Amino acid sequence: MSQPPGFIQNAATARVRIQTARFDVSQEIAALQQNDPRIGAVCTFLGTVRDRNVHDASHAGSVQTLELEHYPGMTEKSIDAMIDEAHKRFDIYGVRVVHRVGMMHPTEPVVLVAAASAHRGESFKACEFVMDYLKTQAPFWKKEQGLEGAQWVDARVSDDAALARWGIHKPNA
Amino acid sequence: MHIHLKFFASIRETMGSSGHAYETQSQTLGQLRDELVQAGGPAAQALGRDRVLRMALNQTLCEEGAALTPGAEIAFFPPVTGG
Repeated sequence: MSQPPGFIQNAATARVRIQTARFDVSQEIAALQQNDPRIGAVCTFLGTVRDRNVHDASHAGSVQTLELEHYPGMTEKSIDAMIDEAHKRFDIYGVRVVHRVGMMHPTEPVVLVAAASAHRGESFKACEFVMDYLKTQAPFWKKEQGLEGAQWVDARVSDDAALARWGIHKPNA
Repeated sequence: MHIHLKFFASIRETMGSSGHAYETQSQTLGQLRDELVQAGGPAAQALGRDRVLRMALNQTLCEEGAALTPGAEIAFFPPVTGG
């Protein structure tokens, strides 16, 4: 989506932000709402760091840190296009995505997707749609550091299936 | 044709580089992949046909048939795992 001349990407207006710092969910929701009285529903998804990986789900503490790498420029561009697609599909007023990169520890927030609409149904759907899209098409890579060393996280076929439910067939795994 | 290569995550590690300028004879992404593999070195392993990888042309995900353009930014990376 093109922005007007002089548009400045800052925390108050940008739909997509990639950052190393933690973020405040309440502030992000307020920035999405912008006191728009038409909004009656804000649905948020918050992804957080787990202390165990998918292959070792019963082993608490098997993941000590999570490091996230991304493709600067393409990441923002691809998520922005996903939000445009969400606006075409759902009756929503806005979407905001904040995704962290760099080093993180268990329980810390990684990603926030928030969608605003008049009623809950559209924002629930838009939030899940953007998240399903992001999981398989946005250029981020996770590396887990555990007791037995570091390893890149494998992509999951179940995430491709989640995106396919929306009629989008772009296999990643 | 003069292009710019970028590598991310496990591919970056195997290549030992995050990218560089490159002069290619290839016309498509798939041909470029094969050309890099045939040139040998770490690319033979990082970009080999036994590896599942994804490619972007000017920061858009593309299939192997996508046509290269002069000055293009081509990225090779493993399946994505964000979120």
